[in-house]
Amino acid sequence: MNRTLRARRQILSLVIMGLSMAATLFGLGFLALILGTLLFKGLAGLKLSVFTQMTPPPGAKGGLLNAIAGSLVMTTGGVFLGTPIGMLAGIYMAEYGRGTRLTMIVRFINDILLSAPSIIIGLFVYEIYVAEVGHFSGIAGIIALAIMVVPVVVRTTEDMLLLVPGTLKEAAAAMGLPRSIFIRRIGMKAARAGLITGVLLAVARVSGETAPLLFTALSNQFWNWNINEPIANLPMVIFQFALSPYKDWQQLAWTGALLITCAVLALSITARILGAQGTRK
Amino acid sequence: MCVHVQKAAGLMSKGSRVADIAVSSGGMGQAGLATSRASVVRRFRRGDSLFRVVTLSAALSVLIILCGVLISLVFGAWPALRQFGLGFFIHTTWNPARDDFGALAAIYGTLVTSVLAMLLAVPVSFGIAVFLTELCPWWMRRPIGIAIELLAGIPSIIYGIWGLFVFLPFVQSVLQPWLIDFFAPIPVLNILFAGPPYGIGVLSAAFILAIMVVPFITAVTRDVFETVPSVLKEAAYGIGATRFEVVRRVVIPYTRTGLVGGVMLGLGRALGETMAVTFVIGNAHTISSSLLAPGTTISAVIANEFSEATDPMYVSSLIALGLILFLITFIVLAISRLLLMRIENAEAK
Repeated sequence: MNRTLRARRQILSLVIMGLSMAATLFGLGFLALILGTLLFKGLAGLKLSVFTQMTPPPGAKGGLLNAIAGSLVMTTGGVFLGTPIGMLAGIYMAEYGRGTRLTMIVRFINDILLSAPSIIIGLFVYEIYVAEVGHFSGIAGIIALAIMVVPVVVRTTEDMLLLVPGTLKEAAAAMGLPRSIFIRRIGMKAARAGLITGVLLAVARVSGETAPLLFTALSNQFWNWNINEPIANLPMVIFQFALSPYKDWQQLAWTGALLITCAVLALSITARILGAQGTRK
Repeated sequence: MCVHVQKAAGLMSKGSRVADIAVSSGGMGQAGLATSRASVVRRFRRGDSLFRVVTLSAALSVLIILCGVLISLVFGAWPALRQFGLGFFIHTTWNPARDDFGALAAIYGTLVTSVLAMLLAVPVSFGIAVFLTELCPWWMRRPIGIAIELLAGIPSIIYGIWGLFVFLPFVQSVLQPWLIDFFAPIPVLNILFAGPPYGIGVLSAAFILAIMVVPFITAVTRDVFETVPSVLKEAAYGIGATRFEVVRRVVIPYTRTGLVGGVMLGLGRALGETMAVTFVIGNAHTISSSLLAPGTTISAVIANEFSEATDPMYVSSLIALGLILFLITFIVLAISRLLLMRIENAEAK
């Protein structure tokens, strides 16, 4: 009697553990499946012309040059605009306002912004900027991406500065250093690896974002350096081309998808390696 | 402590203005030293308060963004909400030609796809988290954990294009015919799985959403599982509990709040997910009893129609949809954060 009960419990446990292992294989399988398809479909169209030619009109051959350039411009712009705000906010929360109610509220709101639907950010920028100016533009896209960057950077900056040893701060204070200089010259330096990790994660986050660009930057079939006009960008081109009936366009969409995924994965892996080094110290 | 003083001094002297000031004031007379010291202190104080104000305003800007989003959405949605009133929430008509808008189909689609996605994703996520914290050999934990997290980093447009070209054909030719055949003789359920296999539809969208939110839920679940003190688990193992019993009777009860928080976080993500859903849901403003039929979600409607909307009432109705989505996700995410904060605070104490 006792033995069969024990056996039943053992078997139940084995079954459940087997299922959890299956779940893991399932998850990893999907990662492999998605990456595999991307490589298979994307590599087929990965030619030099992708990087040297503009997005083609329907039915013609071409490349993704303007979309790649536009994505780089807007991601860079968004990160340069959003990072300082995020870092300064993180500094306030970790240094001046540590443990205060305001910090708690900002952290709470920031965490919500971190997961808030990105299409809402697009709507917001449309209303405050595009509707006022009257036309879609790269600037609007940059603002939308910057708003996506801020919460990521706030989060990592605060976390990383909180890890800076208090003794370091006491030492600086004992030598008569004002707080602002301690933060800028010592705290930020000690937390550097973590801060860079945060920025890389933010870049990874926004470089594939499509929804906020739908009605801010829109897209552009032609080469354009003027950020006051619609700018082509990879995610939007993928969106348009994938849903088109033209084989050439669909092929370019796959190749673009492969490029974005490689960039995003490379950024996240680099960020992780840096982050691991930063915490080991 | 001592090491840190040296380190601080070292960092300071590297071309630091502070050090320059200290050196330059060294050569002066007693009176000059006092005044220059006073001026340095003043400059420090001014710089310090300036920096404090700058960082404070940056922190406040986070709040301003959120309030700005809310206000601009309410403002933009106002004409539609005034025109249609409560009817906006209970009508399924969506007719841009006649300027008649109701949000119910989109709200329904959003909730159904997200809830279905959670039903699929939660067991898988918990399974992965149990594997990572209880079964997995140490050397494999980090690589597998990172691989799952990388799934979270893949942009949603990639899931969209993959869903459109790889997943939908499979659903249409294999999964849906099988589901229709399988559930045909079962009453009630055969209504849910009725109709021709289009490929696109509510169920396909839920599948893709499930794949997308698994990494988020897994990450939180794994983290909260790791907060369980090992003495508790060891005690349970010590009295002869099996692995499953330890998970079920010790780990899950101990981490219940965090688990709910993680699930809510995933739900928040699923509700607002746009691009992947837009590719696979079919974008039909209808409420169908079958899960295989095309539908739509709030975010998919906005993504599809916003740039073509020219009529002010059309635009306003779309923004009103955005407002509804924002409020739903805000509430879900706020609950998630509150629950997770409770865990973090408990851990800090």
